[in-house]
Amino acid sequence: MRYMVMHYQTQDMEDGVKPSPEQQAEIGAYMQEAAQAGVFLTGEGVHGSSQGARVEVADGDVRVIDGPFAEAKELIAGFAILEVDSLAEAIEHARKFALLVGTHRVDVRRVIEYADLA
Amino acid sequence: MESARVIARLTRIVGDVDTAEELAQDAFATALEKWRGEGVPANPAAWLHKTAHFLAVDRVRRRDTQRSKYREVAAREPAAVELDLDADLADDLLGLIFMVCHPILAPDARSALILKLVCGLSTDEVARAFLAPETTVAQRIVRAKKTLSAAGIRFELPPENERPARLDAVREVVYLLFNEGHTATSGDQLVRHDLAAEALRLGRMLAALAPRDPETLGLLALMELQASRLAARTAADGSAVLLMDQDRSRWDQLLIRRGLALLDQVDALGGNAGAYALQAAIAACHARARTPEETDWQRITALYDGLAQISPSPVVDLNRAVATAQAFGPEAGLAIVRQLQELASMRSYHLLPAVAGDLLCRSGDHVAAREEFLRAASLTRNNQERSTLQGRAADCAAGHA
Repeated sequence: MRYMVMHYQTQDMEDGVKPSPEQQAEIGAYMQEAAQAGVFLTGEGVHGSSQGARVEVADGDVRVIDGPFAEAKELIAGFAILEVDSLAEAIEHARKFALLVGTHRVDVRRVIEYADLA
Repeated sequence: MESARVIARLTRIVGDVDTAEELAQDAFATALEKWRGEGVPANPAAWLHKTAHFLAVDRVRRRDTQRSKYREVAAREPAAVELDLDADLADDLLGLIFMVCHPILAPDARSALILKLVCGLSTDEVARAFLAPETTVAQRIVRAKKTLSAAGIRFELPPENERPARLDAVREVVYLLFNEGHTATSGDQLVRHDLAAEALRLGRMLAALAPRDPETLGLLALMELQASRLAARTAADGSAVLLMDQDRSRWDQLLIRRGLALLDQVDALGGNAGAYALQAAIAACHARARTPEETDWQRITALYDGLAQISPSPVVDLNRAVATAQAFGPEAGLAIVRQLQELASMRSYHLLPAVAGDLLCRSGDHVAAREEFLRAASLTRNNQERSTLQGRAADCAAGHA
């Protein structure tokens, strides 16, 4: 089963502070390990919201708001798709990743497969 | 699959697979009993590994005390006691596979042992995969374990210079497992997702271990691409859906992308593509076609020609016949099929009459096509496949009338 693991932005990330070389190496090593275990299928991180935009729809009106957004902590900073045997295994990876990147929150959600829709 | 990982870990500690299997069973039994009383722990896998680990260390300590080797164990133990669930598991399982793929074992013995230990198939299931009697396979497995322990083959990843020799066998085993998941040899289910997923995972681990080996990357590319179509291979009623009839929106684009990226890596490494990489390139042709009509059959035919040269086999020729018929018409394909019908080895292979039926049907000979489909239906052991073939035979009869 697949899980999407999404970690949340920290104020540092939002301010464009790059992780230290040591931290980058640790994160890289972890991702390599997860890929080697056949668990990590894909994943991406995103830049701070100052380089993004938000599209809001209300009553059929579409509004485009340029970044940065005020509530940095509510923003997704990146995601990974993991192929694991259980929610517990996905959580284990999320826990490890959360500690490595220093985020305050990681959401773990099961990916909907075709078989689930039948 | 947790069982295979536990066995792998235990084998590393106690040194032989027989004891490891026995201890794993003990650990599972202990777990079930404990969990029935206290509830399932938050991380059952970790619990199992820890329990198995203690049982193993205990066993080693007792055994080695008997052999007055306590000092050696004492020296080894501290490192082993630290339970690093994340880091070691991948190595454990691959280590087990490399151990079993030691050249000392004959290919049959090694495949049987892998299916039993790593894939967790029952002896009965292994027997069916080999189309051999259960007692024969059971003996084969016992002998293989004895050979390994008698020769003192150690449980570890072999040094880098010894890996290529075993890598061929390891790849073969991983692909065998994938195929067993891709099209179950017998039984009611066409696809066994658990086996396919485990093979894919092993393939990814293997590719990480040999990142510059084109054939290992080729194998992984092939599996990723074939797995991308697994969900589309079965209809709601469980029957098989042929490649050309599949709903391509159900193909897994993430796996396709991974497969294509791996093929790019194979190209970047240069050299001639091996058998797995060529098969992956063929799978990629299908993956790239948004509709069946967009399929580049001429390229596929050329790739099959190449494959037939480096790894000639009747099965490759049969696929070549299908591709040739698509690229150059049914008669061109039937010419290859007729040569294959002469071979004794192909007489009980159900896909030959299935393909013959398809090509005859397309060339307008519905009577002969129907006979071929019925023959194919009588030869397959998979129930879903049989009913698909019987359906096609009935269609032919209708087309003729």
